[in-house]
Amino acid sequence: MSSSLVLGLLGSIALVAVLVELMRRRHLREKYAVTWFLVAAGVLLLTVAPGLLTLAADLVGVEVPANLLFFAASMVLLILTLQHSFELGRLEERSRTLAEELALLRLDLETLRQERDPES
Amino acid sequence: MQEQSRPAPAARVLVIVPAWNEEESLPSTVRDIEAAAAADLAAYDVDVLVVDDGSGDATARVAAAAGARVCSLPFNLGVGGAMRTGYRYAVRHGYDVAVQLDADGQHDARYLARLLPLVGEADLVIGARFAGEGERYRVSLLRGAAMKVLARTLSRMARTRLTDVTSGYRVANRRAMTLFALHYPAEYLGDTVESTVIAIRAGCTVRQVPVEMRTRQGGTPSQTPFKAALYLLRAVVALGLALVRRRPVEPMAPVELPGSAAA
Repeated sequence: MSSSLVLGLLGSIALVAVLVELMRRRHLREKYAVTWFLVAAGVLLLTVAPGLLTLAADLVGVEVPANLLFFAASMVLLILTLQHSFELGRLEERSRTLAEELALLRLDLETLRQERDPES
Repeated sequence: MQEQSRPAPAARVLVIVPAWNEEESLPSTVRDIEAAAAADLAAYDVDVLVVDDGSGDATARVAAAAGARVCSLPFNLGVGGAMRTGYRYAVRHGYDVAVQLDADGQHDARYLARLLPLVGEADLVIGARFAGEGERYRVSLLRGAAMKVLARTLSRMARTRLTDVTSGYRVANRRAMTLFALHYPAEYLGDTVESTVIAIRAGCTVRQVPVEMRTRQGGTPSQTPFKAALYLLRAVVALGLALVRRRPVEPMAPVELPGSAAA
C-alpha cells in the first residue's frame, strides 16, 4: 500500500467519523454536513482510484494533476467561506432584531410595572 | 400630498435620541428638548425616548434622571439599530411623528418648531446644514466632496434640493416611520444616506429645513485625509448599494410588525 493511499483513506474515514459524531451530538446541521460529506467522498474516490485525477487533468488540459487538485480544493474552501459569511450576516440581522425587540419589551415591562405600583 | 397643511392639534411626537456613551452631554440634550417642547411646541404632545445603544457608562441612568423614557439595547448595534428600535416603539405606541436627534447636543431642539409644521406636506423632513443658516459648518475637502456627491444624487432622486443628506436630525411622519420601523439599515451611513434612499424609493416626499448645528459638546470629530478618503469611498459604496438593493416594500396600514399593539 502506498503512503498516499493510507493517508487518503485515514483522512477521509476520520472526516466521515467526525461528521457523524458531530451530527449525532447535534453540533452540526445537515446543511453544512452535506458539503463536507461530498468532500470526504471525493477524497476517498481519488484515494482508491488515483487514475481519475490524471484523467480529469488531461480532460481540462492541466499539465500537473496535483495542480487541478489544489485548484479544486481552493474552490471548495472559497465556496464554503462564502456560505459561512452569508449565514453569519443572516444571523447578525436576526440577533439585531432580537436585541431590539428585547429592549422594547424591557421598556414596556418597566412601564407597566411602574403603572401598577408607582412606589417601586 | 394630503390636503392638511399641519398636523392635527396635540399630534403625538416621539423624539428618539440614540445614545452611546453620552452620559456627559445627554442630560442637557434631554432638558433642551423638554424646554423646547414646553416653550414653542404647545400644539404637540412630546415624549422623549433615549435609546441606550449598549453604553458602558451611566447613559441610561442619567437619561432616566433627566426625565426621558429609556430603552436599553443589550449590546451596541450602531445608530441604525438604535433608530429602528425607536421607530418600532413609535409605531407600536401610536405616535404621529417621530423625530431623530443626536445625543451629543449638535442638534438644537428649538428648530423643531420649524421642522414639525412641514410634516403635513412631506413624509420626511431633514434638518440640514450647508443651507445658509448660521455659521458655515467646516469639513475637509474630501469629506465635503463626498457629501456633495451624496447630496446631488439624492436631490435628483427626491426632486427637491437637499444639501445635507448625512444629517442625523430628521422628522418622520407615520408613513416614513412605519417604513423605517421595518427597513432601517444597520450599516455605516445606512442610518442617514440609505434610509433617505429607502424613503424616496418607497415614494415618500422629502423636504429639508436649514438648521444651525451647535458645536459638539463631547469630543472633537477626528478628520485625517485618510479618514476622509475612506469616508468618501464608504459613502459611494453605501449609496450605490442603496440604489441597487431590492425596492423596499411600503407597509400598508395596518402595520404588520410582530407583536404590534393596538395604536
